[in-house]
Amino acid sequence: MLTINNLAVSFQTRRGEITAVKNLSLTLDKGEVLGIVGESGSGKSVTSYAILRVLDKGGKISAGDIHYSGIDLCEISEREIRDIRGREISMIFQNPRAALNPIRQVGKQLEDVLRRHAQASAQDAKEKAIEALKSVKIRDAESRYHAYPFELSGGMCQRVVIAMALACNPQLLIADEPTTGLDITTQKTVMDLIRDLIRARNMSSILITHDLGLASQYCDRIMVMKDGEIVEEGIPSKLFTKPSHPYTRKLVNATPRPDDSVRCLLADEIKSPEPQYAVTEEVLLDVKNLSKTFKGKNGDVHAVKDISFQILKGQSLGLVGESGSGKSTTAEMLVRLIDPSSGEIQFEGENLSTIPSKVFATHLRRRDIQMVFQDATDSLNPRHTAQDTISEPLRRLAKMRGKTLIIRVKELARLVGLPEHLLHRFPHQLSGGQKARVGIARAIALNPKLLILDEPTAALDVSIQAIVLNLLADLREKLGMSYLFVSHDLHVVKLLCDKVIVMRNGGIVEAGDCEDIMSAPRHEYTKELLAAAPAPPKRKDVTELA
Amino acid sequence: MTAISDNAAPTDTGIDNPSSHRDGPFSHIAYVLRENPVTLLAFLLFLFIVGCALFGPYLVPYDPLKTSAAHALQPPSADHWFGTDSVGRDVFSRVVVATRLDLSISIAAVGLSFVIGSILGGIAGYWGGWIDSVLNRLLDTIMAFPLFVLAMGIVAAMGNTIENIIYATAIINIPFYARLVRAEVNIRRDAGFVRAAKLAGNTDLRVLIMHIFPNTLPPMMVQISLNMGWAILNAAGLSFIGLGVRPPTPEWGIMVAEGANFIVSGEWWLAVFPGLWLMIAVFTFNLLGDGLRDIFDPRKRT
Repeated sequence: MLTINNLAVSFQTRRGEITAVKNLSLTLDKGEVLGIVGESGSGKSVTSYAILRVLDKGGKISAGDIHYSGIDLCEISEREIRDIRGREISMIFQNPRAALNPIRQVGKQLEDVLRRHAQASAQDAKEKAIEALKSVKIRDAESRYHAYPFELSGGMCQRVVIAMALACNPQLLIADEPTTGLDITTQKTVMDLIRDLIRARNMSSILITHDLGLASQYCDRIMVMKDGEIVEEGIPSKLFTKPSHPYTRKLVNATPRPDDSVRCLLADEIKSPEPQYAVTEEVLLDVKNLSKTFKGKNGDVHAVKDISFQILKGQSLGLVGESGSGKSTTAEMLVRLIDPSSGEIQFEGENLSTIPSKVFATHLRRRDIQMVFQDATDSLNPRHTAQDTISEPLRRLAKMRGKTLIIRVKELARLVGLPEHLLHRFPHQLSGGQKARVGIARAIALNPKLLILDEPTAALDVSIQAIVLNLLADLREKLGMSYLFVSHDLHVVKLLCDKVIVMRNGGIVEAGDCEDIMSAPRHEYTKELLAAAPAPPKRKDVTELA
Repeated sequence: MTAISDNAAPTDTGIDNPSSHRDGPFSHIAYVLRENPVTLLAFLLFLFIVGCALFGPYLVPYDPLKTSAAHALQPPSADHWFGTDSVGRDVFSRVVVATRLDLSISIAAVGLSFVIGSILGGIAGYWGGWIDSVLNRLLDTIMAFPLFVLAMGIVAAMGNTIENIIYATAIINIPFYARLVRAEVNIRRDAGFVRAAKLAGNTDLRVLIMHIFPNTLPPMMVQISLNMGWAILNAAGLSFIGLGVRPPTPEWGIMVAEGANFIVSGEWWLAVFPGLWLMIAVFTFNLLGDGLRDIFDPRKRT
């Protein structure tokens, strides 16, 4: 149905021409779901844009051809391809909110698509739009028709986008990271929905994702891309059992599985012994009845409701929850960026919650509680070099200057594995993994006793996530810090943490040992979370099969 | 730690590879100029204008104040490139010498409004709340006046001096800076790097001054540059209607005003040349904005 031969896509940039995709060939049969898996910069999205000829400015198809049902998509005119887009081939974009017009009702946007492809007339457009909304299982479709994108949740927006993509009964659906940024339970419902719809309509589909686990669950066949080329192709089970290309092997390895320890994610050549943590009986942090209430337009919002827990010295505690569960608010209170509404934060016996966050910036305890932020790019000042960033806490809180400062910065860079020559770079000149290292180096600069990790790997590729998680494990072993690891992903939390707390709607639903909760969750919500996580085959099983 | 040492190469975009080279500030400026010929032109004109302001008075062929009845109202010639005025002064010399005065007035005015506007906007944008509301209403009030009329009023009320032109021009420009800084500070108030700076022991004031404010500079550069153009026009405009600089001091606005009387009788050069010079100056600053922004933005330094 779709055949691509030796496709090459190049971009005109400041440094001359750059090839984003080269020598790419693929075929897609009717009714087949093909997964294209790769990390950022692998050219997987560019490939999908090339199929629809919606490449960014400066990009062009420099070689090869794309045939769709006998039509050469590279040859036909702009006018003809417009007819194909949406009606024959349609696409679901990465960020559903950005794909919808923010100031137009979603129903009207659906009508636009239907009428553009003459699937509806002015009279029955509304009816058909509502029907399309119903088909993606939006409850109460008649009233949602009038909703604006900002009134809908992320998962709802993605459903609307899917409804738009499927409105004209296309034969081929390209989904470009359709669930990035969605909660894990929402991800499951959205992916199940897409799968059911394409099965029911006997459509073909290309799923583009960075998540090998997700692809293995929903695709018939997977192609792995690296640096613009396909390195391996096969059915999911084979990729997991017998990855032939080294890159696939690395990727498969780095994907966290249910029965993994943190070292399993690394390739065999660089695997170091399992870290041995020294957990004491001494209580480092004792949180008692902590609450936070925000004043909202429609009354008070109870972001965190009366939670209590402890962290021992040297222990690592996971805080798991979906967006809106209050986990980030909890983290911000503990790191003393915001003041709690009530409750106590006892740190080594000292009550810190009574010190206003404004004053805490220069407080003696400031150096003991530090944080690694979620988005490494956002957390680095764009005007500061890596060295400036890492020196900041040393200058402000330890009053280090001159040579001692530089020596310490270099030592930290070595500790987090950041090459020294990168210290003079600005954030935009560093890769995602390097930025994460800078953020970690800054956080550990003053040897804090408690390090709060707010989804430190959420924005990273899996292979870099594997390295960063291992780095964090090494640092914990070496420096004896306690971690509070905030994440939405139980499988990742398990790699680093001894204990875990599951939060929902501001309260704790379950708490206990990581192993226990993963193997025998008691609360319904925890079970739901565990079930929703894409489950690549267990490492043990794979080894047995192989 | 060997596990970590195989550092990931920059794969983020696949497009730029930062390891290839590192620019110093000068090569970056050179790059910006090379990349955009309009910016290059603007910079050349800018250098020319600054050159006139600095060295003009020493280089001009005639004393700009020296009258000579014998040479009154001569059209442009090899001796007098821009002709002479009604009392025989050389228009070219006067135009060039006036550059220093006009430029000083506008730089001082823009500098003043930049500083005051940044402080007000920074406070309003960072702390928000009632300070923000009060400040915004105040700025709205200033903006509600026709700005040039307001400037006229200020100079008329405070007295006809060069300092007062500067103050008036500064006051009418403050709202633009304050609003821009307020918006730029506001969007960065909760950014990750700001929170990280607080964790590093920075007080709110330090966070604002050392971390947030420098990040507002690139868009500010565009504002400053456009504002320079307006400020020059404003100063010339005030002089044109007889406020501010007094004759016989050479100043573009006065020269255009004086020359206007002679256009009807055919002596066009008296008004046209100072007017053209003024136009070029304003044009230069308008063009300069984008280039300055690119130079001040470290992200353009790849």
